[in-house]
Formats: sequence, C-alpha cells, structure tokens
Amino acid sequence: MSLLDLFRRRDSAPVARDRLQVLLQHERSAIGNNDLITRLHEEILAVIARHVEVDRDKVQIKLDRGSVASTLEIDVEVPSPALPARVSERPAEAVGG
Amino acid sequence: MAEVVVVTSGKGGVGKTTSTAALGAALAQGGENVVVVDFDVGLRNLDLIMGAERRVVFDLINVVQGDAKLHQALIRDKRLENLSLMPASQTRDKEALTEAGVARVIEEMREKFDWIICDSPAGIERGATLAMRHADRAVVVTNPEVSSVRDSDRIIGLLDSKTAKAEKGQRLSKHLLLTRYDPVRAQRGEMLKTEDVLEILSIPLLGIIPESQDVLRASNLGAPVTINSPASVAARAYAEAAKRLRGETVEVSLPAERPSFFGKLFGRRAVA
Repeated sequence: MSLLDLFRRRDSAPVARDRLQVLLQHERSAIGNNDLITRLHEEILAVIARHVEVDRDKVQIKLDRGSVASTLEIDVEVPSPALPARVSERPAEAVGG
Repeated sequence: MAEVVVVTSGKGGVGKTTSTAALGAALAQGGENVVVVDFDVGLRNLDLIMGAERRVVFDLINVVQGDAKLHQALIRDKRLENLSLMPASQTRDKEALTEAGVARVIEEMREKFDWIICDSPAGIERGATLAMRHADRAVVVTNPEVSSVRDSDRIIGLLDSKTAKAEKGQRLSKHLLLTRYDPVRAQRGEMLKTEDVLEILSIPLLGIIPESQDVLRASNLGAPVTINSPASVAARAYAEAAKRLRGETVEVSLPAERPSFFGKLFGRRAVA
C-alpha cells in the first residue's frame, strides 16, 4: 500500500450501512413468507425439467440482490439432440421481494 | 408489579452478560429489588462476572425440575443485599429447561422481585427463545458492526413473534443498547454511527456504552462495572441506561473520557 492509498481510503462505515440496509430488507421479507427469488429459482427449474432432462451440475445460478431490483440468472445446459446447444433463461428479473 | 427483561442479541460476545450484570446492579443501586437470571445452560458465565462462581450450589434447572426451592438456588450479592443471582446449570442438558417449568419459576420470581433480568445465550435456539419467552421488555445488545446488527434484526423479529406477549397480540417494548462504541472511530467514518444502527433497527435507544478498559477490569475482578468503578464512563452510561429502563427521562449523552495528562500532551488517549 502506498502512502497515496492512505489518503485515498474511503470511509467504510457508509458502505457497512448500505450493505446492511439492502440485506435486511430482503431478510425481513424472506422470513415467514418464503423468499420470492428462491421460489422463482425452484419453479423455473421445475418447468425446464418437465421438458428436458436437466443435469443439476450443469445449471448455473447467479443472484444479485439489490435495493431496487434483484436479478436471478439461470443458465441451463440442455443436451444437444433435444435443442440447439443452449437454452438461456436470462434475465429472469424480479423486483426485490 | 415486577418487570421481566430479557437481555439478548443473537450474536455472541457483544456484551450480554456484562450488560445484564451492570444493568442489574445499577437498578439495585437505585434501590430496586433485582434478580439476574442466567439462561446459558452449559456455558454459564453470569456467576463469574458477578463474582459468585464459588457460591453456586443449586441452579435454574434444579428449581425448574423441583429438586431445589427457589430461595435455595438464589445467591444474594455480597455487596448489594437487594441484588440476587440465579445461576444456570453448567453440566445439565439444556433440554431439561421445560417451557412450563420456566414459566412457573418466573411467576414465583415475580412475587419476590421488582426486576427479573434474564441473560440470554447467544443464538436463536431453545435457550434463547426460553429466555425471551416471558419477557415484558427486551434489551437488544448490539455492537456497531455488520454481523451484530444483522443478528439483532433477526432477534427483533423473534421478539415480535415468539414471545408470550407477542402471541397474545400485546406489545413487547424493545430497547437498543449499543455497546463497545468508539465515538472517535465513528466520527472518522470507520465505524457505524449510532444514528445508522438506530435507523436500520428502528427501536428506541436505551444507551450507548463506550468501549472501556474498566469493563474488562471489572470482569477480571468479578464485579459489575457499576459497582467496581461507578465513576467510570462505562458505569455512568449503564447507570443512565438503568434509569431510562425505570422510565426516567435522561438525555442520551456520550460521556467523554477525561483526557489524562499524557493524553493531553500527545493529543490522544493514553493507554491504561
């Protein structure tokens, strides 16, 4: 770390506050009434599984919880005979639940 | 009318036991009849902080199971005659704490004391839910640090849903006790400020306890800080918090450490 970094260092407390606000907004709604994002994730996979055989290891899920909106990204690798190489469910976007 | 207060936090190591001892002693110093109850079965420590670890004969589980009478298990403080301790069991399984048994013991204590302060174990398991079960009020102990604030939020959710009061549709009043606060670091933007924590948790503030050498010294010696060094910043903050708990209006101040000679000389706080 150079001397310059020492002066450039940003206050960390506001970052802590913002992270907590976003996190708790989600946790408060998640407890008791089942998290929307988790439910979406499971239901989308169930629908796909009805049509093609899904290898759970070939499913990639990315989640980014934001204060205004969350994104749920589901990449499913479908075996080639059934369909062209890849079905991409993206983005399955949901307003923060 | 007796008040049952649970001192809780979710996270461990934030100062529940220290705060139970200090608040209990401060209330007793104000003339109230107080019992502090350790609910941390298997990991009891309130006896040690109160300096009564060598006087434990019976414990909460003995009383819950009817093997000992309430008065046999209570340990009266040697410094304050209106302060008592109910120790937790160190060896028994916490499953022995039954809901009905705890309810009966709390009822019996309500007849003897003005204040019943329950020191909750960390976590959200049985011991913690039983400690809060019969509370009229809760003191949520929080450090100005992300994981502590998150866990406090979770505990507040449980206080609003899993307590006897909440189930009856009554309001359980919750108070925030911010501990290990460092005003200098908060001012520099290195630590969450009081306003930040209050805004996030949105429960009223009971007090701010600054990080202090005196707290560790008091626990080393086995005395609540309000007894061991009543003039210290931490003890005064606890005494003020106890007054607010009794319903007095005391403005929340953050008493500054009186700068020592060397502190003044070098422009920073001298390390004790």
